[in-house]
Amino acid sequence: MADGARVPTVIADGAHIVYRIYGSTSAGSNSPVASFKRIVTGKRNTAVREVHAVKGVSFVAYRGEAIGLIGSNGSGKSTLLRAIAGLLPVERGGAIYAAGQPSLLGVNAALMNDLSGERNVELGCLAMGMSPAEVKAQIPDIIEFSGINERGDFSSLPMRTYSSGMAARLRFSIAAAKKHDVLLIDEALATGDAKFRKRSEQRVRDLRQEAGTVFLVSHSEQSIRDTCERSIWLESGEIRADGPTEDVLKEYDAYVNR
Amino acid sequence: MAQTAVADPDTGLSLRELARRNGLTAAGRLPGLPEYTRQLWAYRHFIAAYSSAKVSSSLGTTRLGMIWQVLTPLINAAVYYVIFGVILGTRHGVDNFIPYLCTGVFIFGFTQSVVQAGVQSITGNLGLIRALHFPRASLPISVAVIEARNVLVAMVVLIGIVLVTGEPITLEWLLAVPALLLQSVFNAGFAMGVARLGAKVTDLRQLIPFIMRIWLYGSAVIYPVTQFEKVLHGWKLAVIEANPLLIFIELMRHALLENVPLAAPAPVMWAEAVAWTMLVGAGGYVYFWRGEKGYGRG
Repeated sequence: MADGARVPTVIADGAHIVYRIYGSTSAGSNSPVASFKRIVTGKRNTAVREVHAVKGVSFVAYRGEAIGLIGSNGSGKSTLLRAIAGLLPVERGGAIYAAGQPSLLGVNAALMNDLSGERNVELGCLAMGMSPAEVKAQIPDIIEFSGINERGDFSSLPMRTYSSGMAARLRFSIAAAKKHDVLLIDEALATGDAKFRKRSEQRVRDLRQEAGTVFLVSHSEQSIRDTCERSIWLESGEIRADGPTEDVLKEYDAYVNR
Repeated sequence: MAQTAVADPDTGLSLRELARRNGLTAAGRLPGLPEYTRQLWAYRHFIAAYSSAKVSSSLGTTRLGMIWQVLTPLINAAVYYVIFGVILGTRHGVDNFIPYLCTGVFIFGFTQSVVQAGVQSITGNLGLIRALHFPRASLPISVAVIEARNVLVAMVVLIGIVLVTGEPITLEWLLAVPALLLQSVFNAGFAMGVARLGAKVTDLRQLIPFIMRIWLYGSAVIYPVTQFEKVLHGWKLAVIEANPLLIFIELMRHALLENVPLAAPAPVMWAEAVAWTMLVGAGGYVYFWRGEKGYGRG
């Protein structure tokens, strides 16, 4: 690229994302008679509903940037992150391009609840594509960073015995253990206590310095302010504002407190 | 502020062009088959760890834990022994009917459990699929791995039954190894096939028990294969004798037992087993790979 200073890592080009949801209809339309009628008349199944979650979003994210995604609940922030990670397909016509393989880190990332924290760390690292030797070397660091052992030996207890904050901390620690070109964080920092939040914000800054791009979805304006210098405000699936965090947050606040 | 502030320093360059010049790839692009196979190979440790994690998490809440892996086939065999051996006293002209029956039950059960778990391997792991990036084929393959481990335990039980009922140890027993290997590959392909089908047609799960029961009756599990020749003729007999599960069961009986009536000469059945394995193994893999990017949607 001609100007070496700004290397794009994620490009969204008019991306539309549509969810198709099966079997979520009013009581009447799922009755046997209604189903039979649909089969006989060959009519489209009305049980399939479409939700247009992201509507034509375009932006360019550069290496070394940390971008905060803000917006009210259901505005399409998490959906957009999933699409960047390649976990949700983008509708025809638009596209999202990314460098390498973006990793999504969310509070609802499911690990196995019946297994111990330590085995979950092992499994999570392997699922991120680490080799067994790397995993072995990383496990103590990850558990140490998550701090779940601060109150006794919790890492050998099943994850179902963890509080939601502990589980979220462990998940964040697993994902942050790997170097990512693009790291997508969904509300993960909000669940830990103040001490852990500080540590994880430091970690996000470190990850950025390792030439990555970080996307952060959060409802906490403080953590957006602390970690991101650029923000994108999504509302009903459309970009309302994109620019320096302070400016965008000001606009967003004006909208919320209207 | 502008609706969308596209910070594009190279004015006149479309976003698509910008992405191409910087070597960015479209998120959610389907990798080619060789690339996908490489990725899958790189995830072999994950498949192994995930399989054992799945087993210990499903048995972890029971008191006996791992002992169930041995108890399940034992109880299974005991039930069939009580019903067919003690109560009904079934023979069907087979010298040693109990091991004959148990072989059928265990080998059929191998594929049956793979199908039952495989059809849910995508729909039951949506959380994992939506959170992490890994070749999705790892999930149905780990189902096949779990069941392959279970069948090894079942084989130990089966060999015990075969010996107790007075069958001699012969060199032919070694044929059990390739037979199980072929069936494992067949199962993996089958699991991938039903995994994609089950992800697309969620109703399939409800039908699986009935499909498997029909398949059970068509595979000469609880009666000898010679029964078919008495009631079926022509193409119907040909169809039922080409049934891959019937072939795998017959091969195992041929390997472990003496004087068993076979549907066809052993070399013919081996050829059929290899053909089925290649067809279903490769077919299931390609079919699953084609749908890779659709899993976890909606």
